[in-house]
Amino acid sequence: MNEAILRVEGLEKFFGGLRAIDTLDFTVAAGKIKSIIGPNGAGKTTLFNLVTGVFPLTRGVIEFQGRAIHGLKAHAIARLGISRTFQTLELFGNMTVLENVMLGRHSRSSAGIFSAGLRLPGMQKEEKEIREKALAELQFMGLGDKSSGGATSLPLGEQKLLEIARALATQPKLLLLDEPAAGLNMRETGNLSETILKIRDRGITILLVEHDMSLVMEVSDEVLVLHYGRKIADGLPRDVQRNREVIAAYLGEEAEDA
Amino acid sequence: MSRKDFWPLLFITLGIAVFPIVAGGSEYSISLLVFLGINGLTTMGLSLLMGYAGQISLGHAAFYGIGAYSSGILTTKYSIHPLIAFLAGIFLSAIVAFLVGKPTLRLRGHYMAVATLGFGEILFILFNELSPLTGGPSGLSGIPALTFLGQPIEGSAYLYLVWAFVILVLIFSLNLINSRVGRALRAVHGSELAANAMGVDASRYKVQVFVVSAIYASMAGSLYAHFVTFISPSSFSLMFSILLLMMVVIGGTSTIWGSLLGAAVLTLLPEYLRAFEDFDVLVYGIILMVVLLFMPQGILEGLRGFMERKRGSQSKSHE
Repeated sequence: MNEAILRVEGLEKFFGGLRAIDTLDFTVAAGKIKSIIGPNGAGKTTLFNLVTGVFPLTRGVIEFQGRAIHGLKAHAIARLGISRTFQTLELFGNMTVLENVMLGRHSRSSAGIFSAGLRLPGMQKEEKEIREKALAELQFMGLGDKSSGGATSLPLGEQKLLEIARALATQPKLLLLDEPAAGLNMRETGNLSETILKIRDRGITILLVEHDMSLVMEVSDEVLVLHYGRKIADGLPRDVQRNREVIAAYLGEEAEDA
Repeated sequence: MSRKDFWPLLFITLGIAVFPIVAGGSEYSISLLVFLGINGLTTMGLSLLMGYAGQISLGHAAFYGIGAYSSGILTTKYSIHPLIAFLAGIFLSAIVAFLVGKPTLRLRGHYMAVATLGFGEILFILFNELSPLTGGPSGLSGIPALTFLGQPIEGSAYLYLVWAFVILVLIFSLNLINSRVGRALRAVHGSELAANAMGVDASRYKVQVFVVSAIYASMAGSLYAHFVTFISPSSFSLMFSILLLMMVVIGGTSTIWGSLLGAAVLTLLPEYLRAFEDFDVLVYGIILMVVLLFMPQGILEGLRGFMERKRGSQSKSHE
C-alpha cells in the first residue's frame, strides 16, 4: 500500500442543525483512484468543498502530504497541489477555451502588475510557457482544435473535458473530479474512463465523485460509500459492491435478493 | 496589448500629434482635449476596477484631489520640484487606496462602493477644512506651470504632455488585461469560486487594481492642477466621482477603449450643448438616458453591434 496523500480524520460539518458530514475518517493512497459514491445528499460535494477550502469544517483534520490544510484559503490549497472540477460547470464564460486553461497556470507563474503592464522580458517568456502548457493540456483532453472559441459555447461534454484540462494545468498532485460523467452519452463516458486512467498514469492521484457505477467500478482502486454524511463502506470495488449496507442504502431492501 | 489595439493606438497618437496644426491651435480646443485626456486617465483606471475587478468606486474624485493638492501644496507652499510633488501624490494615493481597499475588498458585494463614498466625503471635508494648507473653500491659487529646460510647458506642449501620459497608461492597461493578472481578474468576474480553486487570490488582485486606479487618478489630478493653476474643493466632490463613473458606463465598462470614449463624449458633449442655453442640462440628461436605453453595454459595444448587424445585412443582400 502506498503512503496516503490525503488523510481525513474525525471530519464533521454542520450547516446549522444539519449534519452534512458525520465523523468521517478515510485516506487516499498516492497514485491511486478513489471514488466516493452515495445517494444524492450524502455529502459528497460537501466533502470536496471542505477539502478544497470553499468553506470551513466544523471539526476534524484534513491532511495533504502530511500537512494540515483545513483553515487554509482555497487559493492556498490550490497552490499546494489540489485541483478540482465542479458538478455544476464553473467555466469562465467571459474567456476563450485556451484562456480558461491558461488561467489554470496561475499559481505556477508569477508575473505581477508591473511586469505585466510593462511587458518585461521575463513576463513575455513566462506568458509563452503558460500558453504552451495550456495547449498541451487541451491536446491531452482532445480539445486541441477548439482553443480559440468561447468556453461556454462548447457542447456540454466538451465543457466537462475543458474543466478537467483547466484543473490539470494547475499541475495538481491530487485531482478531485465532481461527477465528470453527468450528462455525457455512453461513448463519451467510455472515453472519459480511459482519460481518467491516463491522468492517473501521469502520477496524479484522483478522488472521484460519480453516479455512473460502471465507470466507478471500472477505474477505481478503492471506493468509499457515504450515506447521510456517514461512511458505510470503504474498500476494494468488488467488496463494496457486495456490502449489504451499501446495497440497502442504494437500492432498498428488496434488491438484496438480486 | 494585443494586435487589434495597434491601429486605434496609432490613430490616436497621430491625431493628437497633428491636431494643433490642423485645428490652428486655438486655446479653447486645445484645453478641451487636455481635459479629455485628464478625465480619460482617471476613467481608464475606473474601467479596470469596474469592468475587470467588478468593483464600483464612488470616491475617485478624492484620489484625483490628492494628486491635485499634493502638486498644488508642495509646489506653492514648499517650493518642491513639480516632479517630486507629482510622485508624492502618486505615493500618497497608492497608500490611501491600499488602506481603504484592503479591508473592504475582502468582502463580496457593494461594500466597496459604500466605503469609497464615505472616503470621498471625508477627503472633501479635509480639502475644505485644512485651510492653512489647501486654502479652504476659496481654493489654492498660483500653482506654477510645468517647465522644461526653463521654458514653460503650455498650449500644445501641455496637450502633448497629457496625451503622452494617456497613451502610456493606455498601453500599460491594455498589457495588463492581456496578461496573467488580467486573466485572473476576468476569471474572478466569471466565477470567483473557480478562480479561487485554480489558485487565484481574488481579494489580492482587487486591491492591486484599486491601487493602480488610484494612481491613475492621482496623475490626472496633478496634471489638472498644473494646467488650471487654481484648484478648489468643488472640483473634487461626489458629483465629480459620479461623473467619472458615468463616463465609464456610457463608454462601456467591458473595455479600456470604452472608458476613453466615454470620457470623450461626456467631456465634449456639454460644450456642444451650450447652444441650448438654459435647457442644456435637460438635453444632456435625455441624451444619457437614450444612450443607456438603446446601448446598455455602452457606446462602444453599441456601435460595434450596429456595425456587425449592418455588415451582416449587407452580406445577406449580396447572396
